[in-house]
Amino acid sequence: MNQYSDDTAPADLVAGDHVAGRLYTDPDIFEREMTAIFESTWVWVAHESELATPGSFKSTHVGRQPVIVTRDRKNNLHTMLNRCRHRGASVCEKPQGRANGFTCPYHAWSYGLDGTLRGIPYPDGYEGVVEKRELSLRKLRTESYGGMVFATLDEDVEPLADFLGDAKLWIDRFMKQGGGYPIKVLGKHQFRFKGNWKIQLENTTDGYHFPIVHRSWMASVDAETADMMSFMTDPEAITHDLGHGHSVMQMVPGHADLDVDDGSEPLQGRFDELAAELAKSFSDAEVRRLLRAMHGTGFNLNLFPNVAMSSAFFRVLRPVAVDETVIEHIAIGPDGPSELDPLNRERLRIHEHFQGPFGFGTPDDAEGWDRVQRGARAEPAMPILVNRGSAREKTSAEGWPTSHVTDETGMRAAYNQWKRMMRDD
Amino acid sequence: MTEATAAAAVAEPVSTTDPMVARAIDLVWREAELLDRADYVRWNELFTGDGLYVVPIDPDTDDFENTLNMVYDDARMRELRVGRMTEGYAIAAVDAARTVRTVSRFVPDSVSGTEVVLRSAQVLIAYKRRRHDIWAADLTHRVRLSADGPAGDRIARKVVRLVDSEDAVPAAGFLL
Repeated sequence: MNQYSDDTAPADLVAGDHVAGRLYTDPDIFEREMTAIFESTWVWVAHESELATPGSFKSTHVGRQPVIVTRDRKNNLHTMLNRCRHRGASVCEKPQGRANGFTCPYHAWSYGLDGTLRGIPYPDGYEGVVEKRELSLRKLRTESYGGMVFATLDEDVEPLADFLGDAKLWIDRFMKQGGGYPIKVLGKHQFRFKGNWKIQLENTTDGYHFPIVHRSWMASVDAETADMMSFMTDPEAITHDLGHGHSVMQMVPGHADLDVDDGSEPLQGRFDELAAELAKSFSDAEVRRLLRAMHGTGFNLNLFPNVAMSSAFFRVLRPVAVDETVIEHIAIGPDGPSELDPLNRERLRIHEHFQGPFGFGTPDDAEGWDRVQRGARAEPAMPILVNRGSAREKTSAEGWPTSHVTDETGMRAAYNQWKRMMRDD
Repeated sequence: MTEATAAAAVAEPVSTTDPMVARAIDLVWREAELLDRADYVRWNELFTGDGLYVVPIDPDTDDFENTLNMVYDDARMRELRVGRMTEGYAIAAVDAARTVRTVSRFVPDSVSGTEVVLRSAQVLIAYKRRRHDIWAADLTHRVRLSADGPAGDRIARKVVRLVDSEDAVPAAGFLL
């Protein structure tokens, strides 16, 4: 079966329930994605806790473009291209930290936390040549929702709140895993794989792979945790297409809204010791609320194009090349008094168990993705199937196309958005 | 006299030919070979019951418990990890890269009759699917020496500090 010719327009390579393998392998499509998607929509750049105080900054990327995200003295968040306006040198090479501003190492042009050009050494040569106020670092529109900070290179794009749409409800729910406290970043794993970014985009909404690829992890956890993730035949476990390419996959529907608790669910035995420790400082109700959220929320919220809020962590993807992607797995926990430290230590251990380059889950995912990239080179015009469950997809009361958690509804949602954004018109 | 030689005059450096140090180096090399051969069951037997195996992310911290690490294994987690690496379910381990590692540049940190702390450099080449990856790291081994001789020497703590621990590394199907 070969449905696509070489001159098929990129948008026509996606047809609802199947996409051309070329989407993973064609460098021209990748180049177009960088402008038509990553430079044209909201891209996640930070969680507000990473920029907790004035003067804090973080280096990251919007698509392939290096940026700095800062909090200025007036508490405003900024995202700026990490590129001196003079000769193009990067002005910051630290992953994160605190600063009064940024000074280019090459000719010492200095910029404020909001990107304003503050000083040019030996300015006499520029008299009548440049206006400093016109040479701020290039700023990106920056907006946040629920602590999630996004930036865009497209000044005219819709407000972030509109872009997130129905996903906002799920962001609100996700943050409830703080158990009454705000969420903070505890640390992050980073790894790279030799494969296309969309292979990872699909994965966070792929319930179907879980018991197969993650059999090794399932075999290594306690029975209660393994049972919690046994959603394959649970009819209540469903995936919604939330629009704009976003989707939510509910593996543990009983933990979709952590505020809903009838008290009947026993706490996991593995947390008994931690519960005793927390009980010294917190009420029984507070301990229960915190411990029910130890594995995060019961869903993966997949936000197009680069971030997922996945159970108890953020997964961020960064396209590097058509066949190379960098992934971050960001551990999170409640941001509160030091009496929560034992709980956050346990959250770190849970994160380490699955995530990262030496986790019990991530390397197996990466092996699967590597195999997709290698296999897709065999006749890249052949379709990749994302049709699982398309015949049993229904519309929920909220109006969301919905199917079983093992179905590929979330992937179809992402590819529909991809198709819209990759159109020529 | 330079500062370095002045310091040396104060604290005499321990030679790698010191018999206790030599035992520790032998153990580190045996360990390296077991890892290259993916003989994880015998590798795990080299650790003490309270032994820790750590691959940190933060290059500056020793507080591994309160920070996110790539690996932070006590005996329980090591046992699970060995299970994962050997049971045949983990597709990354089944199709793991082949590795060859060189451990050298040994510097004894401290030596007593019962324990040696040894710093070293490890250069590991991992080959998989026509690709060679380099993994460079500083190692620290805390080796507990046995009164019964070298066969009873055990690793009480191993810390692997990758030079690129704060950058993205490949997801691995082997151990450092």
